[in-house]
Amino acid sequence: MRSVIFRTFAPFITALMVLFSIFVLLRGHNEPGGGFIGGLVGASALAIYGISAGVGPARRALKAHPMSIAAFGLLLAAVSGVLSLFTGQAFMTSQWAAVEVFGVTVDLSTPLFFDIGVYLVVVGAIGSIALALEERESD
Amino acid sequence: MTPAAPDMTILAVLAPFAAAAIAPFAVRILKHNAAWPLALVPFLIFAHFAGFVSGVSQGQTFTVAREWVPAYGVNLSFYIDGLSTLFALLISGIGTFIILYAGGYLKGHPQQGRFLSFLFLFMGAMLGLVTADNLITLFIFWELTSITSFLLIGFDHLRAASRRAALQALLVTGGGGLALLAGFLLIIQITGEIEMSKVLASGDVLRGSALYLPVFLLVLGGAFTKSAQFPFHFWLPNAMEAPTPVSAFLHSATMVKAGVYLLMRVHPVLGGTDIWMTVLPLFGGVTLLVGTLLAVRQTDLKLMLAYTTVASLGLLVMLTGTSNEKALEGAVLYLFAHSLFKGALFMVAGTIDHEAGTRDVTKLGGLRKAMPITFAAAALAGLSMAGLPPFIGFIAKEVLYYGTWGLPQGAMLLTVVAVIGNALMLVIAAAVAIKPFFGPETHTPKHAHEGPVLLWAGPVVLSLTGLAAAMMAHTTGELFIGPMLSSLKGTPATVELHLIPGYISAPLILSIITVALGIVLFLQLDRLRGIIASILAAIGWGPDRGFDQVVAAIVWISAVVTRLLQGGKMQTYMVLTFAVTGIALLLPPYLTGSFPAIPEWPQFRFYEWAVIAIAVMGLGAVLVAKTRLTAIVSLGIQGFAVATLFLLFGAPDLSFTQFMIETLSVVVLALVMTRLNLSPRDHRPLGAKLVTGVVAASVGAGLALALMAVTQTPFDGRLSEFFSQYSRAIAHGRNIVNVIIVDFRGFDTLGEIAVVVLTGLAVLGLVRIQTKPDSGNAANKANKTAAKAARKPVEAR
Amino acid sequence: MEAGFSVLIGLFFAVGVYLMLSRHIVHILIGITILGNAVNMLIFTAGRLTREVPPVIPLELYVPAGPTANPLPQALVLTAIVISFSFFAFLLVLAFRTYQELGTDDVNEMRVAEPKGEALPPQGY
Repeated sequence: MRSVIFRTFAPFITALMVLFSIFVLLRGHNEPGGGFIGGLVGASALAIYGISAGVGPARRALKAHPMSIAAFGLLLAAVSGVLSLFTGQAFMTSQWAAVEVFGVTVDLSTPLFFDIGVYLVVVGAIGSIALALEERESD
Repeated sequence: MTPAAPDMTILAVLAPFAAAAIAPFAVRILKHNAAWPLALVPFLIFAHFAGFVSGVSQGQTFTVAREWVPAYGVNLSFYIDGLSTLFALLISGIGTFIILYAGGYLKGHPQQGRFLSFLFLFMGAMLGLVTADNLITLFIFWELTSITSFLLIGFDHLRAASRRAALQALLVTGGGGLALLAGFLLIIQITGEIEMSKVLASGDVLRGSALYLPVFLLVLGGAFTKSAQFPFHFWLPNAMEAPTPVSAFLHSATMVKAGVYLLMRVHPVLGGTDIWMTVLPLFGGVTLLVGTLLAVRQTDLKLMLAYTTVASLGLLVMLTGTSNEKALEGAVLYLFAHSLFKGALFMVAGTIDHEAGTRDVTKLGGLRKAMPITFAAAALAGLSMAGLPPFIGFIAKEVLYYGTWGLPQGAMLLTVVAVIGNALMLVIAAAVAIKPFFGPETHTPKHAHEGPVLLWAGPVVLSLTGLAAAMMAHTTGELFIGPMLSSLKGTPATVELHLIPGYISAPLILSIITVALGIVLFLQLDRLRGIIASILAAIGWGPDRGFDQVVAAIVWISAVVTRLLQGGKMQTYMVLTFAVTGIALLLPPYLTGSFPAIPEWPQFRFYEWAVIAIAVMGLGAVLVAKTRLTAIVSLGIQGFAVATLFLLFGAPDLSFTQFMIETLSVVVLALVMTRLNLSPRDHRPLGAKLVTGVVAASVGAGLALALMAVTQTPFDGRLSEFFSQYSRAIAHGRNIVNVIIVDFRGFDTLGEIAVVVLTGLAVLGLVRIQTKPDSGNAANKANKTAAKAARKPVEAR
Repeated sequence: MEAGFSVLIGLFFAVGVYLMLSRHIVHILIGITILGNAVNMLIFTAGRLTREVPPVIPLELYVPAGPTANPLPQALVLTAIVISFSFFAFLLVLAFRTYQELGTDDVNEMRVAEPKGEALPPQGY
């Protein structure tokens, strides 16, 4: 699997896939896509990088342990549900706020952060599984 | 006597439980002398209940209630009338001396604190049982007495005999308790009342109900097991494995009378019917005769007493079963007398055992000089048991003869049974209370001498009470027996007792016959013993051995069933599971004829047909694949076909996800599987192929038919409609699927991603666990030697 | 169309169950994957089939323009796919580790918890 061509192109493919995964995540609310799908694309990117460059470099490139990413995602999702409690509404009631950034109105909402949490969980957990299995292959 | 304070009753019932918590610490500090302060607890309870006597004797009743589980109508409620007052007085009064006695009997025992603790637990349960008004509360206390009895019988848990006796008592009385619960629930359903005091007012409803017979039998099941009626009598003699204070308290004076208490309690509502007056005297009479005859055979002091306890309980049940006022009065009197003399005699037997080192009556003799106080107590109690004047036992016997003799039917039979039973009791009374103290001194394992005050205080006071109660017969009748009889009858009753019979009457003549017969039999005791022993040997089987056989059979059956169902073959489990699934799916529609209508030929477009065909081919390829890689790739094919189908039917999100997952699955499978040295093909013998094939086909067909049936019913799209309508209006999202996932059903999703995180952690954990530090390298070669090397420590376990 | 799908799903179930009844752990794993697909399609089909119209609201509207595919089963199935994959990965690793520890891929040979010919439970008290 470690052909020269694969090893040469893998970093670019990975970069593109990560970018694409974030795109899929953000468009998810209005077009097909979302946290789960984006997360799977991201995890695949990790897996491809792991296969081509080795698990060690993949882990180093990630900085954090993939399970930490997943755990952070779970926390983010949970916290985005808790926010509504401060306004006296039930758990997970969605909150919306429009923020002006450089003259463009951006809709920020708790479901958005929830979806980002889902994304991080899937990237982290599935990526962690993939890397763990590859690790046994490469050593 | 202090004025009655009903509200304190709850405290009085709960006080023993508090004492149970304190007892171990008290014993740790004060050693066996802790019995003195601890005995204050039952004494104060006694004083509390004594406060009710004057009120109750004037016909008053008291109720007091606290809510416990209001949702089910279960209250901590108590009902004080003549019946419960006398029982509570006996429990707390005898309990006071039992605590003292236990202090002396188990002096220096390392677990004395625990023992006293159990005794107090029992005392609380028993007090609760006899005073409880709420039926469910009564049942709970009833089972608590069974459990504490289990703990006390099994106190000496290092001996197998103790463990067996404890288990036996628990199974028999606990099983009866379940029957009782069912009976109570029926009573609650029939009368609509949960408080005993209110149920007592609806006797006609109960007796007239179509469910009277089940209620009667279920209540009887509880009472007969608890009060050791034939054929459930066998657990009581075995319970003598317990230390003697337990035998004296639980298995003669109080707990075993719970069944009798129950019968007396429900007598106003269940009694007086033909079946009541047939079944109870029958079983009671048989128990009386069996109990006395078996008692004669024994040579162990405690066992002799235990069998006479069985007999006495039989007598009580028999008398209660007559529903005749005079016989009931006899029952009440005899119950009172029996508690006093039997408690005392058990303690005497324990003292002899404790001081002389044996309780085999053939090895004992001439103890009266060594143990004068014990002898005096034994003599007083023994005379009461023998039914001789001037003791309460005599009065009881007179009254009960008067009762049986005056019965409208069956008078002769019951009287004869009572006379024989009483004569044999006299024999035992003489053998237990007289014989060890007279005759030549024998050599005993320990040098016999008088026990400490803790040991003789109980027997002395109890036997003197028996004497005093007879001397003040009139007061006894007025204050205790009359009120209790009123509770039994359900209508006020007055009792006039006289120690000296006013005139020569049938009961007096019967008494004389009894005494004469008893003396004759006592002189022939050894021959009688031989005869009964040979009869029993000829029968060779009894309920006690039956119990062993039942227990062994239960263990054996459960072992066989377990092996059948859990043979350790995963394949068997799976085949069974899926076969049942298939049957559950196909059988009901077959029986009800609700198979779906035959559908018309599906109007798929040609490219849809093509994708379906690819899916089917993928499935087929997985089945027939000759190598692992082929199988894995075929698996991918069917997965991608499914993804395409999702895309074609308006689910781009699903399709996308499925594509990603299938890719990852194939990669991961290939990563792992290529490293295993596995059998590439799925070899199954033809028979297994057929069986598994049929099972699989039936599950598939069942689910296909079920789905077809579902899709042929009209579609309820309200929920989907709601999501479509409000996705943008409320949740500001145009992709309805995503809005459902992150917003409408976000809580679901939160749970699901938590599961994903958990599986990630589990995989990491599994990968990291290494039985050998270097097995990571060895596994790379994936050869069997490495695997076998790693396998050894597992098998060695 | 639903009837046609029902038959296909039945076939998926039959193949999945048949593979799960194998003694070899690899086939059981493959069977579980197929069974997962079958269940997902079952839920999807039970919500009725609609061709080619994804449940997405057009930019200029507030409600879907016409009938769309049923979004609810799609949401259920989407999360189910991801979870079934993570369980599949777990089972795979479990099977792999079992093979390493016990040296067999035959489930009937894995008898650490239920050894062959175990003695009867003890009689007595």
